[in-house]
Amino acid sequence: MADYEIHEHDVLVIGAGGAGLRAAIEASSMGVSVGLVCKSLLGKAHTVMAEGGVAAALANVDPKDGWETHFQDTMKGGKMLNNWRMAQLHAQEAPERVKELERWGAVFDRTKNGKILQRAFGGHTYKRLCHVGDRTGLEMIRTLQDRGVHQGIKVYMECCVSRLLKDGDKIAGAFGYYREDGRFVLFKAKAIVLATGGVGKSFTVTSNSWEYTGDGHALAYDAGADLIDMEFVQFHPTGMVWPPGVRGILVTEGVRGEGGILRNKDGERFMYKYLPESTKKDFAETDEEAKRWVDAALAGQQTDARRPPELSTRDNVARAIYQEVKAGRGSPHGGVFLDISYQDPERVKKKLPSMYHQFKDLADVDITAGPMEVGPTMHYIMGGVRVDAETAQTRVPGLFAAGECSGGMHGANRLGGNSLSDLIVFGKRAGAGAAEYAKKLEGKPTVSDDAVKAAQEEMEAPLSRPDGKNPYDIAKQLNQIMSTHVGIYREEKELEAGIAKLEELKEQVKHVGVKGNRAYNPGWHLCRDLRNMIICSEAIARSALSRKESRGAHSRLDYENTDDEVWGHVNSAISRDGDKMKLELTPKPEMPAELKALFQKKEPVNA
Amino acid sequence: MREALLKVFRGEKDNGEYVTYKVPIEEGMVVLDAIHYIQAMYDPNLAVRWNCKAAKCGSCSAEVNGRPSLMCKSRMDKFVDGEEITVQPIKSFPHVKDLVSDVSWNYRANEKIPAFTPAPDADWTFYQEDIDRVQEFRKCIECFLCQDVCHVIRDHDRKDFLGPRFMVRSAGLDMHPLDTVERAKFLKEEGGIGLCNITKCCTEVCPESIHITDNAIIPLKERVVDEFYDPIAKFLKSVFGNKK
Ligand SMILES: Cc1cc2nc3c(=O)[nH]c(=O)nc-3n(C[C@H](O)[C@H](O)[C@H](O)COP(=O)(O)OP(=O)(O)OC[C@H]3O[C@@H](n4cnc5c(N)ncnc54)[C@H](O)[C@@H]3O)c2cc1C
Ligand code: SF4
Ligand code: SF4
Ligand code: FES
Repeated sequence: MADYEIHEHDVLVIGAGGAGLRAAIEASSMGVSVGLVCKSLLGKAHTVMAEGGVAAALANVDPKDGWETHFQDTMKGGKMLNNWRMAQLHAQEAPERVKELERWGAVFDRTKNGKILQRAFGGHTYKRLCHVGDRTGLEMIRTLQDRGVHQGIKVYMECCVSRLLKDGDKIAGAFGYYREDGRFVLFKAKAIVLATGGVGKSFTVTSNSWEYTGDGHALAYDAGADLIDMEFVQFHPTGMVWPPGVRGILVTEGVRGEGGILRNKDGERFMYKYLPESTKKDFAETDEEAKRWVDAALAGQQTDARRPPELSTRDNVARAIYQEVKAGRGSPHGGVFLDISYQDPERVKKKLPSMYHQFKDLADVDITAGPMEVGPTMHYIMGGVRVDAETAQTRVPGLFAAGECSGGMHGANRLGGNSLSDLIVFGKRAGAGAAEYAKKLEGKPTVSDDAVKAAQEEMEAPLSRPDGKNPYDIAKQLNQIMSTHVGIYREEKELEAGIAKLEELKEQVKHVGVKGNRAYNPGWHLCRDLRNMIICSEAIARSALSRKESRGAHSRLDYENTDDEVWGHVNSAISRDGDKMKLELTPKPEMPAELKALFQKKEPVNA
Repeated sequence: MREALLKVFRGEKDNGEYVTYKVPIEEGMVVLDAIHYIQAMYDPNLAVRWNCKAAKCGSCSAEVNGRPSLMCKSRMDKFVDGEEITVQPIKSFPHVKDLVSDVSWNYRANEKIPAFTPAPDADWTFYQEDIDRVQEFRKCIECFLCQDVCHVIRDHDRKDFLGPRFMVRSAGLDMHPLDTVERAKFLKEEGGIGLCNITKCCTEVCPESIHITDNAIIPLKERVVDEFYDPIAKFLKSVFGNKK
């Protein structure tokens, strides 16, 4: 008898964040049997931590907003490298997906006339982020979770997938284990949706949890899909920098959306200096103008004042802070100051309650009375599995991907709030794509015993080396390599040295070992995560080395300019070639004329 | 350098013992950091749940010095020098390993609650003042600390009581301005709301400061009383329609 459990579904969704849950709900509503797997307990995925809001051009606050402007903002934020079709579908469908959440029970903050309230965020021309104080992700995941539960989706919690299995070129299933007792499990499935989130655990300072080890990226890579745009790693400008125990924890962009001001140690509001020429005209020129905008925003009124410079895109703000600190104008603990304390304390507590508590409880700082200290933290990966915009299918038949582990939607830099909307728009599309595929598939794919056996042996190996290398040591080395060599600013020599070190680490991982048994063993689990983290790290480093320009979140010290001539037309694509990682530059899909025209028109005016 | 002594419960399925570890204290450190230090330096095997490290996901529930707490919110500097800090798993649910308990019962309890059911003709206009109280309930991060301290679940093992977490959730649905389901019967018969005797232990431990008893359970109890024990209220309702 096989020493693993077997389950069978038409569609298996790996990951129970916003994207996975939305995919599972869609597939299940189409009448196929759906299994949903997640590494943590249900409801604890990253989506629960998202704070600021979900972007959708509902035009409830700024009536001039519409999908075209959202599309333009997204493409400009992504430095035109986005898959235009994804950006278009996203902008067009996000409003309907948000309203659908409301119909499923989500309770968003309201405008004075009883509609969903929207707030400002970096890079968005209009006030576009639907939110619930600063716990928007919690509202979304709980709504989806409860919807899913009542729809009869089978959930496998604290269960980790370690391998995808194929029948010929087609998806046939997945192998994994339960964290509780380490028992193995085989899922047979006609189609699989990857929704495993990001890769932040490769870096020292990150807002991401233990789950973000690039599993979906690595599973897809191994199964033969492409990873695109991997060089684009978003450093969120505002993470906590002090005390050390909380370093990297996110300070939502909502703080700046609500009027938070960034200053250096000399009290200078430095963001004015760092606005790129191309967008300068969209931002306030003086403190007085910025204040007028904030006052109007708080009062829910329209104004002709332009937005404060703090609302520039994340890549600009992160680089600006980095440079201020480097020039010796930082705060005592190596960040800068972010100040919202000039506003009415009760309002701050109401609009940013979890920020208020986070600083009070963890750093002894009262944000209604004084500034916070903040600095860049690794937050999000724009790169991911290449998918078809309409169905979210990868180039492997039966394999789909959505959410942070997919690529293309955000180009070179993601706007805040565009991830939560991405999850519901493409989560739904991936679920539909997978269910459609499973229904049409003739016959049932089979998994080979050999492949299952290999997957099992791979998992057991570290336990047979109780005196092997400590996985925590290797993870720490990996963090150092990535933070030192593949950080906010990049350079050829550094990247080459980083890649050489990653190659060495790949050798060391083969000797990693852990004591104890398979029952809820974090060390054993980390042994498996390391492999995925290293694949993603290498993909990031190689793509970063290849892209000889600066664009969005990718800043090269040796190629400071954005080179539209050459690099504006290609995505970097990583795929597996035997044991080697292959990098190709593939032409970016051409935007149709009617969309191109949107960028030739006069710029949208500010609200 | 200052050091803390952490007495951590180690073992599987209730079989275990406290093991003491020395952990250097960094400024601003929380108990979860100390646990991670033990994992990295002494024993990668130590089982613990966590995700956000910012009191947002409700994964890292444990009993710290006997008090149900989130480990990521328990500051080390609130303990005095040389004090031993005991860390043990939450007790109301079956033990799995070290600091991890099997909380799956809660997910089954949740499935029983009648789903949000909006009026078919709703136009989705409603105001902030209509939802302030609902939003309080929706702040719940499902840490299950309230479930851990509720004596109905903990001491009497009455799993026919949904527990404070699911009273909060029911209240959130019930008080939604556009919901149309009447949950009183369910709360009385399947939810076991009568078992709660309003000791407020749950409210005291809630890391989200939800007024579980005052704002959720008591109003729900009143609704049950109206529905089942107050003939006049019931009559008026049958004449003037549902009060929601
Ligand atoms: C602190 C913070 C604040 C944020 N704020 C915002 C915001 O305001 N607005 C916004 O738009 N975006 C925000 N983001 C980004 C956004 O939250 C994430 O990009 C998004 O939630 C990702 O969703 P997802 O569904 O792709 O993945 P997740 O929600 O992370 O879910 C991943 C799932 O995959 C599972 N999984 C992973 N690997 C495996 C495996 N091997 N086997 C089984 N299961 C697996 C995990 O258990 C989890 O269930 C924020 C992110 C963070 C960290
Ligand atoms: S008030 Fe009720 S729900 Fe809360 S702990 Fe006491 S008995 Fe349990
Ligand atoms: S109500 Fe409070 S204590 Fe109970 S699960 Fe929710 S957040 Fe935790
Ligand atoms: S780790 Fe999320 S609440 Fe503690």
